[in-house]
Amino acid sequence: MAVVDYGAGNLVSIDQALTSVGADVRIVREAEAFRGANAVVVPGVGAAAPAMARLDRRGLTGPIRAWLAADRPFLGVCLGLQLLFEGSDEDGAETLGVLAGRTVQLEDAPTLPHIGWNQVERTREHPLFEGIDDGADFYFVHSYAGALAAIDPEAGRVELARTTHGRSFTSAVGRGSLLGVQFHPERSGRDGLRLLRNFVELVRAA
Amino acid sequence: MLRRRVIPCLDVADGRVVKGTRFVDLVDEGDPPELAERYAREGADELVFLDITAAPQRRGTLLEIVERTARRAFIPLTVGGGVRTVIEMRDVLRAGADKVSLNTAAVADPTLIARCADRFGRQAVVVAIDALATGPAAWEVVVKGGRERTGLDAVAWARRAVELGAGELLVTSIDRDGTGAGFDTDLLRAITSAVRVPVIASGGAAGPDDFVAAVRDGGADAVLAASIFHRQIHAIADVKAAMAAAGLPVRLVPQAFA
Repeated sequence: MAVVDYGAGNLVSIDQALTSVGADVRIVREAEAFRGANAVVVPGVGAAAPAMARLDRRGLTGPIRAWLAADRPFLGVCLGLQLLFEGSDEDGAETLGVLAGRTVQLEDAPTLPHIGWNQVERTREHPLFEGIDDGADFYFVHSYAGALAAIDPEAGRVELARTTHGRSFTSAVGRGSLLGVQFHPERSGRDGLRLLRNFVELVRAA
Repeated sequence: MLRRRVIPCLDVADGRVVKGTRFVDLVDEGDPPELAERYAREGADELVFLDITAAPQRRGTLLEIVERTARRAFIPLTVGGGVRTVIEMRDVLRAGADKVSLNTAAVADPTLIARCADRFGRQAVVVAIDALATGPAAWEVVVKGGRERTGLDAVAWARRAVELGAGELLVTSIDRDGTGAGFDTDLLRAITSAVRVPVIASGGAAGPDDFVAAVRDGGADAVLAASIFHRQIHAIADVKAAMAAAGLPVRLVPQAFA
């Protein structure tokens, strides 16, 4: 499993969490390292523009697009999910555009950033959440979130879960082998590890 | 609904958890990663390491325990104490911390807050404010573990820190710290009313009722305590039960941590 290192934060936690649920993790900084991998994980926190710039500089943007276009197993975490949308209101960055919609600031949030444990309410059943209670708490740390385009007839099917802070926002997505979560499973205790184990099992079954 | 967090704080010196009264008479309390894992199992929502290592050349020891902790406790970790530069912050994040708390160095050079927020995102930047009561509804920022006054008004500094890029504030009442007299809810209310970022209350916890008051009266998003958890005077579960009974949203302690 290739975990992409593009300088956007703590990789120790995601590496250790995936390893502890049975994944064989490689931290990768260049596209050649995707060869032989059976899944790509893009973690990260922070803003979109510097993240896209670093992915470009390392020659990773094209290979990630190609990986997603081939519908190969993928997990985006936090910023790694936001980058799948078309662009970000945070700094105007143009992002990968694999999901229809934009990354927007959380609306009517009583506190911002949204930091802490909050409930993930499922809108569609998916094996990623196997064995996890609907409404279980996961750890969030962000101010922006991807908003699936409402006119997209696919939007309802892509969304897996929503969370409320002020207004509600999409907190998990799934389309084919593409999965993304706005929260941090690697920092979400037992349920977080369970979600990552489910991901590892989905990859094995793929 | 966003849960109100309960955060144990571990004082770390030379790679060991220590306890003492305001940095003196330190007693070795054990291995930080081991204690961190125990707190995670008992329902801690997050952890704070406060590095009080005297000798700067021992920083490598801190990075090593941050990494060992990140590999054992799957809950967020904030590291504070002695981070003075963007590079030092980078090293602590790389070792596995999620957030870094800036205190004395941010007062000395407020641009440090902006530089760290630009590089790592504001969600990774906690500004710790140690406040000393100087009159009715007046608090002054103190630094260097409370030994040095700055002349800065604590509420004005809180606003400034957020404008510069702080994503969270850790507010300690120096008057209450270590006294068990309860949190200074007036100080907390003054700051939570002035900023939109989450505020972590610190300094003065004696029992579960104090945690309730910090949230209900002080408007805090999270409550931090050290000695009452280390000395096992109160369990995290007891504190959360009291908060839940008062109608506050808390994350219930998992029955079995796999």
